[in-house]
Amino acid sequence: MRLPLLALLARGPAHGYELKQHLEQTLGSAYPQPNVGQIYVTLGRLEKQGLIEGEDVEQSSRPNKKVYHLTEAGRQALRVWFEDPEDEPRVRDEFFMKLALAPQTGLADRIALINKQRRQYLNTMRQLSKLAAAEDRDNRVAHLLIEGAMLHLQADLDWLERCQEELEELE
Amino acid sequence: MNDGPAPVLRAEGLVKTHYGEGAPAHAVRGVDLCVRPGEFLAVTGPSGAGKSTLLHLLGGLQRPDGGRIWLDGKSADAWSEARWAVERRKRIGIVFQFFNLVSNLSVADNVELPALLAGVTPKRARAEREELLAELGLDGKERSLPGELSGGEQQRVALARALVNHPPLLLADEPAGSLDSKGTREVMRLLSRFHGRGQTIVLVTHDARLASAADRVISFFDGRIADDAELDAAPKSRKGGISGVLELRD
Repeated sequence: MRLPLLALLARGPAHGYELKQHLEQTLGSAYPQPNVGQIYVTLGRLEKQGLIEGEDVEQSSRPNKKVYHLTEAGRQALRVWFEDPEDEPRVRDEFFMKLALAPQTGLADRIALINKQRRQYLNTMRQLSKLAAAEDRDNRVAHLLIEGAMLHLQADLDWLERCQEELEELE
Repeated sequence: MNDGPAPVLRAEGLVKTHYGEGAPAHAVRGVDLCVRPGEFLAVTGPSGAGKSTLLHLLGGLQRPDGGRIWLDGKSADAWSEARWAVERRKRIGIVFQFFNLVSNLSVADNVELPALLAGVTPKRARAEREELLAELGLDGKERSLPGELSGGEQQRVALARALVNHPPLLLADEPAGSLDSKGTREVMRLLSRFHGRGQTIVLVTHDARLASAADRVISFFDGRIADDAELDAAPKSRKGGISGVLELRD
């Protein structure tokens, strides 16, 4: 969560709880509620690395709060973040290993493995559909994130289908 | 096994082979199926797996070489073409990938025709049509010809036509197969809405996103049911699932 927090601070100083709220507003329900404790821990680390600086602000009836702002080093780290493309999603995952190695173990049937995996993906797909239906229609960013997740799952399901076709042919 | 109402649809040992040029194609190879009232069932699988043929057998659009079908507990084995046609007017609504609307009839007439054929009064047919078109967001399109509408709009008209006689069973054959992603979401939303009101639906699709709107998914391969899974919308506590898909790293 380091770089998203830096990105949020690029628009101006904020304290931890504000950052949590900004994150929620921007990403909507598509992003699991960020844990405020995790945000404070991450802010502490960023400060130690010199990417942000915190300033105590006195509050009349409550303990002081710490307002953070981006340092020049932090701004530079963000530039590097935006500069580099991200890695591709994994394709050689644990399930692939199960499928490839199952026959020689005599412990699992490959069609059964595929069916089990498909059920898992379909259930997640269904949850994503429900999430999309419940999300505010105007939150484009949240909808794009959900749609991206659905398209990835769709690709995984298509691939399971290919595996099954191939294996049924061998039988 | 006499609990609850009869299944809307039941099939046993369905078999269908297509004989064309070349080797015979075994489209459906022994399918047993039971659809309960209010259920939303999706059948998915690769193209050529025989899932459309299965749907055609269930709607009486093709006849099986073997096996039996019951609709609302009544055996359809001896039904003639004419009887099936009557059932498709009253008890089974069907939507297709390419809409199959009558191109030289207006939207209003396309929707009212099956109601009139089923013996409903013109006044009532009109009222039903008005209600459905409004519900499907097609107000003001009554006088249009199907060719003047977008694909998504045509599919909504087809849905209105399929539902105008309140059939207990709706069959949908790749209803989003010729639509863009916006049209697909629209069809998905509408099917979910009608399902929410108790409509029994059997949907054939290769689109997993569409299938995930159903509460039960059958995976169809090579003419047979490879898996039959109830979907569970409740998030699981284990790692993975929705949060694993959406979570940012770090």
